[in-house]
Amino acid sequence: MMNNLVILPIFVPFICAVLCLIFRSTNAQRFLSLSGGVGATLAAGLLLQIVHQENHLVLHLGGWSAPFGIVLVADLFSSIMVLISSIMGILVTVYSLRDIDERRKKLYYFPLFNFLIMGVNGAFLTGDIFNLYVWFEVMLIASFVLLALGGERRQLEGAFKYVAINLVSSALFLAGAGLLYAKVGTLNMADIALKLSDQPDSILINSTATLFLIAFGVKAALFPFFFWLPASYHTPPTAVSAIFAGLLTKVGVYALIRSFTLFFNENFAVAQDLLLGLAALTMITGVLGAAAKYDIRKILSFHIVSQIGYMIMGLALHTSLALAATVFYIIHHIIVKTNLFLIGGIVEKLKGTGDLSKLGGLYKALPWLAVLFFIPAFSLGGIPPLSGFWAKFGLIKASLEIETYWIAGIALVVGIMTLFSMTKIWVEAFWKKEPQALLNHKTQKNLKLLYAPAIIMAAMTIYLGLFGQSVFGLAERTAEQLLNPSLYIEAVLEIEL
Amino acid sequence: MMNSIILNTTARLLLPWLLLLSLVILYRGHNLPGGGFIGGLAAASGFILYVLGPGIDKARQVLKIHPETLIGLGLLISMGSGLLGIIAGKSYMAGLWMTGFTLPLLGKVHLGTPLLFDIGVYLAVAGFTLLTLFALAEIKE
Repeated sequence: MMNNLVILPIFVPFICAVLCLIFRSTNAQRFLSLSGGVGATLAAGLLLQIVHQENHLVLHLGGWSAPFGIVLVADLFSSIMVLISSIMGILVTVYSLRDIDERRKKLYYFPLFNFLIMGVNGAFLTGDIFNLYVWFEVMLIASFVLLALGGERRQLEGAFKYVAINLVSSALFLAGAGLLYAKVGTLNMADIALKLSDQPDSILINSTATLFLIAFGVKAALFPFFFWLPASYHTPPTAVSAIFAGLLTKVGVYALIRSFTLFFNENFAVAQDLLLGLAALTMITGVLGAAAKYDIRKILSFHIVSQIGYMIMGLALHTSLALAATVFYIIHHIIVKTNLFLIGGIVEKLKGTGDLSKLGGLYKALPWLAVLFFIPAFSLGGIPPLSGFWAKFGLIKASLEIETYWIAGIALVVGIMTLFSMTKIWVEAFWKKEPQALLNHKTQKNLKLLYAPAIIMAAMTIYLGLFGQSVFGLAERTAEQLLNPSLYIEAVLEIEL
Repeated sequence: MMNSIILNTTARLLLPWLLLLSLVILYRGHNLPGGGFIGGLAAASGFILYVLGPGIDKARQVLKIHPETLIGLGLLISMGSGLLGIIAGKSYMAGLWMTGFTLPLLGKVHLGTPLLFDIGVYLAVAGFTLLTLFALAEIKE
């Protein structure tokens, strides 16, 4: 039963988290988390390799056949997402070893982190709409606690906003799923897609699509539901914001792409203009918000929002090239954004602040840190030959191909403004003379463990930029799968359409 | 903390019976109302009485293991019960059943992986309830 492999990326983080609860010494927790991270990454790699050959790997949990039991489905899109999130998991775990203080480690930091990774992987792999809701909750509850862990004043303020808006979005998601279940009588995503494809009831389709759009839009930080993100992401320790920035909003993007390519594929035209408009507004507001901020992590948080706009733009264009570019964009973005948060965290550790007006002189003091920042920052801005350039190039080319010039224009302008923001951090933190006040700050020693994950991620960014052809090829195959939902339906329900 | 002889004695006497009751609830849960979740709550309620009567320190002594460990073990057993399905060459979480046999008092017994799963839920719920409860009981006024 090779199919049972699909459970591994969920099972491994789970076992680690549970063993962390039983063996509570910090050393045991470190060892368990590291080995768990490696295990999950290997499992995800194996999964992607098999899916690469077989196209789909479906596990009917408990042996219950498809529309009745819960299924886990690994297609190319979900296995790519699982692999990249497992890699981020292990790298941020390494970063956490030094970044997270002893008190938080004692308060179950590592088990929570592993539960978070489990929730994220579960959300990517499930093929059941209610099960997706459950994985969202697993992920959210772990993230609520991680966000508030430590109980600093600003943390609690951020966590409150985060919890409140996410509960609303979960309720809307549940309402959408309930509506769908009442009408089509199934929770299996493939079966829903099959039944919606010959469903003439446009009210049902439009209302469900809207509920899902809002629910997943909140999780993905889409305009106008993004405000919780910049309000909360700068408050917890760096390792926590980094993994949130890398993965959580992307689960929302994943759910949007999955639901709009699977359920509403036949009726995509209804949502297309709306999605395009939202994508454009998300890009613009995100980048404008970042321009107004003067703190490294706050700037980066607003940039998550604007980058989400690009991904949704690819979904909205709904061509093969656009979806391939979106998948590539997500891979690129997860690596780059997590890395930028990690490097921002190193700067904060070194200088005791992330406020750009108080920083300066880092280029002179630590030229290698400057190089390390340069790579992801200018990849985010879309400078060739780094990965961000190819991602943006694909999206813009796709929009020109179907003659939606205005969105291409907006994407270009937002790209330039992103570059402006990155230049701002570069000039203020690295090039400017060091302000007097900072010279007295005692820097912490022994930050090697913090550098290691950042260097690996930077190497991945360069690799994606220079040798990204194979990854882009994979993204193109993924796009083909997404545009032909009948393949997914056939694999899950074991029928011929 | 109030110090009532009646409550102290009752708590001591009731604890074993409440635990037994919780096990009965756990066992009958597969086909009848009951199950791991509610059984775990019933088990924890025995310790709630202990915290209210003899006090938190005594309750910890009687419990012997940390509630965190209970949660961990429970989750381990639940997820582990699914692995047996893989070992048997079926899907993860596939139900496996032993052949039924008869015991005095219990009647016909059917043991299977769902019961193992439920035992895990029982331990996890009891552990979680106790962890929360002990944390609340230890808040200084």
